[in-house]
Amino acid sequence: MSTRNLMENMTESSGWRDLSPAAQVFGEGNSVFFNTGDWRSETPAWKRDQCRQCLLCFPVCPDSSIPVQGGKRGDFDFGHCKGCGICAKACPFGAISMGAAVKGGDR
Amino acid sequence: MIEIRWHGRGGQGAKTAALLLADAAFATGLYVQGFPEYGPERMGAPITAYNRLDSKPIRVHSNIYSPDIVVIVDESLIGPVDVTAGLKSTGSVIVNTDRPPAAVREMFAGCTGAVYAIDANEISTRALGRALPNTPLLAAVARLSGIMPEDEFIRNMRDSFMHKFSSKPEVIEGNMNAIKEAWKGAVLL
Amino acid sequence: MSKRDRLSGNEAVATAIRQIDPDVIAAFPITPSTEIPQYISSFKAEGLIGTEFVTVESEHSAMSACIGASAAGARAMTATSSAGMALMYELLYVAASDRLPIVMAAVNRALSGPININADHSDSMGARDSGWIQIYSENAQEAYDNMLMAHRIAEHPDVMLPVMICQDGFITSHAVENVVIEDDSFVKGFVGEYRPEKYLLNPDEPLGVGPYSVSIFYMEIKRQQFEAMSKARAVIAQVSADFTAQTGREYGMLEKYRMDGAELAILIMSSAAGTGKDAVDILRAKGVKAGLVKLRVFRPFPAEDVAEALGGLKALGIMDRSDGFSACGGPLGAEVRAALYGKADGIRTINYIYGLGGRDMRTEDFEHIFGELAAMRDGGEAPDCRYQGVRE
Repeated sequence: MSTRNLMENMTESSGWRDLSPAAQVFGEGNSVFFNTGDWRSETPAWKRDQCRQCLLCFPVCPDSSIPVQGGKRGDFDFGHCKGCGICAKACPFGAISMGAAVKGGDR
Repeated sequence: MIEIRWHGRGGQGAKTAALLLADAAFATGLYVQGFPEYGPERMGAPITAYNRLDSKPIRVHSNIYSPDIVVIVDESLIGPVDVTAGLKSTGSVIVNTDRPPAAVREMFAGCTGAVYAIDANEISTRALGRALPNTPLLAAVARLSGIMPEDEFIRNMRDSFMHKFSSKPEVIEGNMNAIKEAWKGAVLL
Repeated sequence: MSKRDRLSGNEAVATAIRQIDPDVIAAFPITPSTEIPQYISSFKAEGLIGTEFVTVESEHSAMSACIGASAAGARAMTATSSAGMALMYELLYVAASDRLPIVMAAVNRALSGPININADHSDSMGARDSGWIQIYSENAQEAYDNMLMAHRIAEHPDVMLPVMICQDGFITSHAVENVVIEDDSFVKGFVGEYRPEKYLLNPDEPLGVGPYSVSIFYMEIKRQQFEAMSKARAVIAQVSADFTAQTGREYGMLEKYRMDGAELAILIMSSAAGTGKDAVDILRAKGVKAGLVKLRVFRPFPAEDVAEALGGLKALGIMDRSDGFSACGGPLGAEVRAALYGKADGIRTINYIYGLGGRDMRTEDFEHIFGELAAMRDGGEAPDCRYQGVRE
């Protein structure tokens, strides 16, 4: 059984016998499966044309919501972004702007 | 069962003596207890230590209130501490003192048990170069309690000292001389 | 071949720890348990153990280090007393709820105040609801034997809970007594190797331990703990039976002493049980139908065994070496009475608070108690709870 399946079998309706002992979390990196982005204080927008791919933004994101692949960042992961705006402050090129909030499910 | 109560002052080795006696008695095949009663932990504070020796397992875990033998390591405790409290009428007191017999007898005027005096400070000063009265007293207790003959005691004590003083072997011979001399050093008054 | 020896309770426990040779020990010194880490550090210096001995700056850190080590997959141990254990309280709950089979040598000592270094059970009774298994020892031999059984109980897959092996400070920890010590090879074989199913230092199976648990999960996790503690009863019985079979020394959830035909009895834990047995012998010789039950396992509480052992009595003295300040008795009093309710009704009980801060408990004290129990059996009035050995 894959790590993802193991954890997915434990749901909010699982009985005590079906939860992992002591609520142990099996496998790594599984917080990605838990969607926390349905409420956001502000919404960042990535201006692709102004971005120089300096990658100063992704390490400061507290919610790992800036995906990086092949040495380049992609668009925001709005499944997890909380809209804190730290990335916008860190960006030296004004390539991230902060827009309206998202309140509960209307992203 | 033989019950022994030691009265000394913190730093004089009453606890060590009780543990060494337990060691020596253990070597003869007896069941033993050796334990201290801790009050304030400071040099010179009155302390009490205890021994129980028996041919069958010992279960009781209280202090000793009716001893067969009372050992007084420091005679300045006589008075401030009721050292002979509860002593059995057939019991014995062993006191470390350099006073003349008449004076010692007077100190224990109300005591019904036998009183033995030994100048353990003098014996240890001669054997060890300083006043460590506990080991000479230990020899006197071993003889009076009748738990083992002299040669067996001497043999057992050498083993115990080697265990106890493994980090300072230079004191072993002095202690051996002290107990050999003290075996018959206690005088019945 | 076992060996006859004479050791203090602390030496006996330290000897057991040397023979078990755990992976990690983290401890901070506190009287009267200090000698245990002292012995361990000399074993380490002499190369007698391979243990990683972590000298920490507090007991809070000692238990934290044990939790980290145990979660990583190591067999972890500690030793403490009194205020040291109190400083661990927060982490004791973490160790138990994370299901980490840590073993603690607990040397019982009063909690302040007034400040005092001597024996009573207020320290481990303060941890009675922390989720640790608690086993109490009458003498150095039991402290040694219980330590040899501790890991097999703690690490059993049905259990996976931490265990504290308790003995009375000074009364047994500093008293030299006869002890039978088992061979190193016997101990290694009996205790066995610890092979956790899941552990942090396993690169093949990444794991997270001790996550935040919201209300929708928290209670299920506590229910798992309840299950583990319930199953611990059978595991303790099974490990104890195996130990008895291999050493001839008998252990169960409790020990019944001269309970056949007894009308009056006391229920007690740890060192004063031995003194109580001597008192029972004295009274039996005088024709008094006296008996004693020594509770060995306090957590899990063996309610059925207690009701079975006490059923048929007319009067019972429940002996607490700590006061719960409920103003109606101590923790043993409450739990024993609850165990009797509906199972062995009709036994009149007095809950005695005794031995606080090292107050000596003599055979005469027990004889006095049995006198009070006899008067109560014969219809006399008696208080629910009373201090024994206190000056009025």
